[in-house]
Amino acid sequence: MLASLHSSNTSQAPVAHFLSEHSCLSIDHFSLAYAGKEALRDLTLSVPRHRVTAFIGPSGCGKSTLLRAINRLHDLNESVTHSGQVKLEGQDIHDPQMNVTELRRRVGMVFQTPNPFPMSIYENVAFGLRLQQRLPKRKRDDIIEWALTSAALWDEVKDRLHRSAWQLSGGQQQRLVIARTLAVQPDVLLLDEPASALDPISTLKIEELIRNLKSELTLVLVTHNMQQAARVSDYTAFLHQGELVEYGPTDQVFTNPRLQRTENYITGRIT
Amino acid sequence: MTSVSANSASRHPRFSRVNDLWPWLCAASVALSLLMLGALLTLLLVRGLGHFWPATLEEITLSSGETFAGQAVREVALPQQDGDERLYFTGNQDIDGVRWRWVAIDEIVERAQPTDLIRLDRSPWGDFIGRLVAIEQHGQRWEGDAAWQQLATLLKLPANQRQESQLLLTTVDGQILRQPLANVVSAQTPNAMAWWQKTFAWGDAVWRFLSEGPRAANTDGGVWPAIFGTVLMVILMSVIVTPFGVLAAIYLNEIAHQGRLTRLVRIGVRNLAGVPSIVYGVFGLGVFVYGVGGSLDEWFFSDTLPSPTFGTGGLLWASLTLALLTLPVVIVATEEGLARIPEAQREGAVALGATRLEMLTRIVLPMAAPAMLTGVILAVARAAGEVAPLMLVGVAKLAPQMPIDGEFPYLHLERKFMHLGYHLFDTAFHGEDVQAAIPLVYATALLLVLIVLVLNLTAIFLRHYLRRQRGNEC
Repeated sequence: MLASLHSSNTSQAPVAHFLSEHSCLSIDHFSLAYAGKEALRDLTLSVPRHRVTAFIGPSGCGKSTLLRAINRLHDLNESVTHSGQVKLEGQDIHDPQMNVTELRRRVGMVFQTPNPFPMSIYENVAFGLRLQQRLPKRKRDDIIEWALTSAALWDEVKDRLHRSAWQLSGGQQQRLVIARTLAVQPDVLLLDEPASALDPISTLKIEELIRNLKSELTLVLVTHNMQQAARVSDYTAFLHQGELVEYGPTDQVFTNPRLQRTENYITGRIT
Repeated sequence: MTSVSANSASRHPRFSRVNDLWPWLCAASVALSLLMLGALLTLLLVRGLGHFWPATLEEITLSSGETFAGQAVREVALPQQDGDERLYFTGNQDIDGVRWRWVAIDEIVERAQPTDLIRLDRSPWGDFIGRLVAIEQHGQRWEGDAAWQQLATLLKLPANQRQESQLLLTTVDGQILRQPLANVVSAQTPNAMAWWQKTFAWGDAVWRFLSEGPRAANTDGGVWPAIFGTVLMVILMSVIVTPFGVLAAIYLNEIAHQGRLTRLVRIGVRNLAGVPSIVYGVFGLGVFVYGVGGSLDEWFFSDTLPSPTFGTGGLLWASLTLALLTLPVVIVATEEGLARIPEAQREGAVALGATRLEMLTRIVLPMAAPAMLTGVILAVARAAGEVAPLMLVGVAKLAPQMPIDGEFPYLHLERKFMHLGYHLFDTAFHGEDVQAAIPLVYATALLLVLIVLVLNLTAIFLRHYLRRQRGNEC
């Protein structure tokens, strides 16, 4: 196994040249460190538009870190340093000209535990809208209905829009958070283990939602659930100890991995 | 082997006894605390409110043949010989020169409770206990029952409309007194009153205690200016301390780099809460009163110098001093509230494109509002009860004017004010008539507790309302 790890390091960088599709996000020699401790090392990959891309890997491999870097959430932490580029539609997100709040509108993020705000369902979805512009109430209502419908939640909450969001079940809360993100019409939706805190039925609903949403936007999914990655994603990237080990179409990565290390993880020999 | 097993057998019950006992120990300490609290409140309630109940008046005949009338207050053992002596409140200070009388119980030949004994509350001279003979007004004269009816009618008029009337009174030992009716505050014949009349009179007396100003060097009359001063000072203090405390907590928790300096500042703030309050009083006197106030006087009120305007203790300086005193409480409570907000909430807001200010004002501060209110509740509870620093920075034994009146600018921040805590202290120790002060001390203490309770309850209801609005109902 040690030999296999070494061989992967010496093999050529696993850049996905298979992509005939347009890339939405391209990550180019990106490294990131927490207080000098390297968490991501020289990652290069591109995420195709209108597809679901899954990041898999053992705990601490850096998959969540990478996801948060795309949203520039690390800006909140002063001890984080990075190098290399992350490009959204060809534009470097760390470019000084890039407006970080605009970036975060275009790149929505859904977290592991549902985090609805302590306000009504309606206000939760309206939160992002209110940050941007004053909309006439009717227009806003339409967007909110559209967002909740897109998140497959409208039918369940349409009669109690002005009740507290905290009264919803965990699965409903997570779909509300997705609706809240969709309401600002992002180009990319980042999902950080969105179903790991949910029951199986809610998980299935979220997965179905992810599949349906890819006609509208580009999705990046972090998961530690192999089956989930296999079920919903079109492309899969396997990260290990801050490095990108293998990246390719999901079918290929799961059925015929090029590297021994990927196979070891998928079959449960690395945890 | 046998010794070991015997040892373990003897140990086991002992351990189980400890296991059984410790919850009882905890329960006992709770019970003891509740008992002490209950005893305190009961004492205050009984002594404080009982004072206003129309007490039975007795006509006493002594073995020497002397008679007097009064209200039995309490009994203690005689210092030299056997037996007890009893304290009577006899009033009639203008006639006898004293208001209290100790009588050995053995000397009492007869105790009667005649229904025609009258008790007048007068200002000046305090209570009169005796009998009503007649009322004279504009040459007319009423006697007997007619006199009583006339008295009841006249007492409903304002004092300046009964200038001309005079009461003709006698004490039980036959001395005659002519009492101008204008000086009479109230009159009652407690021995003739039914329980509902007494209840009514009690309510009236309590109301007058709450709504009138003090008389007779704080040993009589009401406490309204002190209530007003206390509440106004506490409200001003809250208005000053809340924004400062909240902003400081936001800086410490949200903005400052969480390094060693921030930790030091935080420890410093927490320790400020333990500084004795009189030290804050000294600081307030030196900095606010003499420093800031003195400068203000030189710049803006130089025409009235050397008599100071802001350069002496006043409402503003007292509120500022107490705001400083309670600042750590507000900071610590708010900081704890801010720290309790899950990081996921902040990230959720930021990930939607909120700036740091938007995240703070729309998510973090509303969620921390109950914690801030908790801080204000604690600050109010502490400030309302503080006396020591106030004595240095603006409280008065008897404030000539209220801090709010109809005169521009309506709120007079430079005026001295009265405070219930200080009033309590002053009544208890600086009055000339200690016996009269005792029930007032209890009543004032009860009132102080009630005011703190009401201020706290207001803030608690507000907090509850906020929580409900955020959490369940929206």
